[in-house]
Amino acid sequence: MNGSSVPLLEIRDLSIEFGGLKAVNGLNMEVNDGEIVSVIGPNGAGKTTLFNAISAMVPITSGDILFESSSLLGLDANQVTARGIARTFQNVRLFTNMTILENVMVAQHCRTRQGAFGALLYTRAFRREEDEIRARGEEALSFFGSRLVGFRLNQPASVLSYANRRRLEIARAMATQPKLLLLDEPVAGMNPVESAELTRLIGRLRDEWGFAIIFIEHDMSVVREVSDRVIVLNHGELLTEGLYADVSVDPRVVEAYLGQETIVEDAIKS
Amino acid sequence: MTATEMRPGAAPEPELAPPRRALDQNWRRLARMGAVAAFVEVFIALSGMPVRLDERPVIVSILSLGYVFIGAIPIVVGNRIGRQVRREGVPVHKAGGYELLAGTLAGAVAAAGLSVLVALLTHFDIREPLVNWSPQLLDLLSFNRGPVFGVLIWLGIGAVGGFIGGGLRLLPARWRRTLVTMAATVVLISILEQLVADLVSGVRLEPVADWFYGRRGGLTHSGAGVTAAIAGVAAFFGRGRLKAARAHVQSLEGPARTRATSLMILLTAAILIVVPLLVGSLTNELLANVGLFVLLALGLNIVVGLAGILDLGYVAFFAVGSYTAAVLTAATSPRINPEFPWFVALIFVVVVTGLVGLFIGAPVIRMRGDYLAIVTLGFGEIIRLLFLSDWLSGWFGGAQGITAIGGVEIFGLTTVDGTNPRGVFYLVLVFCAIAIYVSWRLERSRLGRAWMAVREDETVAEAMGINTVNVKLLAFVVGAVLGSFSGAIFANKVGSVFPSSFLILVSMVILVVVIFGGMGSIVGVIAGAALLIGVLGGPKQPGLLAEFSEFKLLIYGALLVWMMLARPEGLIPSARRTRELHQEEFLQDAWLRGEVDTDDGNGDAQGTEGRS
Repeated sequence: MNGSSVPLLEIRDLSIEFGGLKAVNGLNMEVNDGEIVSVIGPNGAGKTTLFNAISAMVPITSGDILFESSSLLGLDANQVTARGIARTFQNVRLFTNMTILENVMVAQHCRTRQGAFGALLYTRAFRREEDEIRARGEEALSFFGSRLVGFRLNQPASVLSYANRRRLEIARAMATQPKLLLLDEPVAGMNPVESAELTRLIGRLRDEWGFAIIFIEHDMSVVREVSDRVIVLNHGELLTEGLYADVSVDPRVVEAYLGQETIVEDAIKS
Repeated sequence: MTATEMRPGAAPEPELAPPRRALDQNWRRLARMGAVAAFVEVFIALSGMPVRLDERPVIVSILSLGYVFIGAIPIVVGNRIGRQVRREGVPVHKAGGYELLAGTLAGAVAAAGLSVLVALLTHFDIREPLVNWSPQLLDLLSFNRGPVFGVLIWLGIGAVGGFIGGGLRLLPARWRRTLVTMAATVVLISILEQLVADLVSGVRLEPVADWFYGRRGGLTHSGAGVTAAIAGVAAFFGRGRLKAARAHVQSLEGPARTRATSLMILLTAAILIVVPLLVGSLTNELLANVGLFVLLALGLNIVVGLAGILDLGYVAFFAVGSYTAAVLTAATSPRINPEFPWFVALIFVVVVTGLVGLFIGAPVIRMRGDYLAIVTLGFGEIIRLLFLSDWLSGWFGGAQGITAIGGVEIFGLTTVDGTNPRGVFYLVLVFCAIAIYVSWRLERSRLGRAWMAVREDETVAEAMGINTVNVKLLAFVVGAVLGSFSGAIFANKVGSVFPSSFLILVSMVILVVVIFGGMGSIVGVIAGAALLIGVLGGPKQPGLLAEFSEFKLLIYGALLVWMMLARPEGLIPSARRTRELHQEEFLQDAWLRGEVDTDDGNGDAQGTEGRS
């Protein structure tokens, strides 16, 4: 654990422009170890762009992103992952023709060492590492109960149902052994029962696996349930941040994103 | 596929009688397919293929390969036209008379193309642009009996062929399979004449070979009869057993499976070791050529099949391997001639090709898709032009190349060179075994998985912590080194290297072999090389059908097009690739077995919906 004073992830004055469009504009935010932060905002607010910037998949225009006190600028996406940031995608992007097990095995690439020669000579180190990769992969998969293990292990990812594809994608991100997990709309397209289950799992990811988590979500019940802190983006800028209870009644947030109904719903529920 | 074939025999119910419009469409389809086939017939005839292939009898004095080619088309068309299609569950024609009638008509239309051609051949002479507009073609098409006979006989042959083709649909599957197998086997055994005759003579059974094959090629009548009978019996009674045996092997697990696999490998190895001892040097030469291309194809398979990098300039590494071996082993190489033993030179070959792979790869590998393919194509040519250039002719001899390259000395025991094709084959065999081992091991390793991930989705692979540049570069280098082995053997086998041996055509042929055989599948790639290079021949190497050599590229192209339409995953595909290209069917199968999970019970956008 880092000292409590140093944030795990620190974003300073981040701006990202595409042509003349400012997708993210002067954003400052922090995420601490073991924290679950949700990012909300209307469509086009720059949420996914923020994720892409953190995972080095889009070039940033200005500002800085610090992870464990050192900058991520200039790193390739794979180096960022190696530093300990893993992500999922809004439109699930699995390796659909690889098996479920292979999906989580391949994600450990940056944590393992054996190269071509180990494989060719079939050394003891190679075999041991393969066993470890496999065991760790199965461990990540079994986090989701029996859905992704057993006879499923050697089936291609394409046979999975939509919800299970989302779960596999999270398992794949877990397999990279990150410190920080970026989940882009993890419950999108799931039914209420599944989304409630996944919400609990997000809590367990932090408690049992020790990940800090940032997630983008439109489902306010998930946001309310699990986030320590909520960050609201609008037009690429930070609108406000704080506890869900505070943010959800902030008149600016209500106007920009939530609308009146959420407050009414909340009032009814509470 | 939305259209499902209906079993012949199963008569449609009366209320499902084909609607009128469907019948109209049937006639239109018939006219269209007939016309296309007629065009193909004329095209083949004018390409000169039948005349050339007429020199190659299939059955002595009855049938030549030329006639097989043009005679098979009406049968194929007649068969295709009878295909039962169900539109929205309603069959578009009644099974029975339609197949025969439509088949006959379509076959006749197809062959009518040749009738028209016969008429035109007699009355016009346009030999000037069309070289094959020749009297020989007229003689061939009219069976030396005058134009009127020629016109009529083709209408007749077409009708009969179409009738047979359509009629095949009406036969029970077992009989149909038997007949088709019999016909195919006779043609195949005739094509494989050199190999079979050589093999039979090799085990001291020359009389059998003489009895089986005619003096000037082709099966004798008794030979054809025996072949057809054996094939028929085997197809009629054996197929079920073969299937059962394969299913049994596939159902094995754990140690039993391993044992079955290793038994199969040992058996194959034994055959490959024994066969060259039995056959003559001509056949051994052929086997050695096939081996060289297997080696090349295995190397390219790692690049294209596993890592998904479409490399159109693969010949570059073949060339570098050849030239490096030539320079280091030949006494006559212009600048430096250390005259290393071949195996010492091989170490340098690996190093040099690896470095060249890195140099070419480093700029190329950051590109994707089409761009990458075009750039590799360019580099392939650049390497050849460098060897050809005056600038480097002091090193590599320019257009004169390097000649008088010695053979491969194997530990002072024997020297393997072009005069000893059996030795070359064994040498190639050893390196093929190495290449197979490398492909097999790497595919099932951390590196192989990374290659697959890059092939599937490069962006995501990068985001999952794979250094895609390094991983792709490694694929490039491994492929390059395997190709260079082939080059090194090639240089010392042929005894000379010239820039003209490394045309872009070689790259294309290797790629066709890989695609035809099945990308990413080791067995497929080997089968592809054996069929294409062995039967049709390589870019400069003759195959079993030496008569084909002029039309090799035409056939390659036609085969490739047909393969892409009918079986895009290749001859013997890898399981993964089949899944990729037939995902819908695969998912349906999984669904039928109850293995697609729908536990969420809500919109499964990409999974089960939109697939009715």
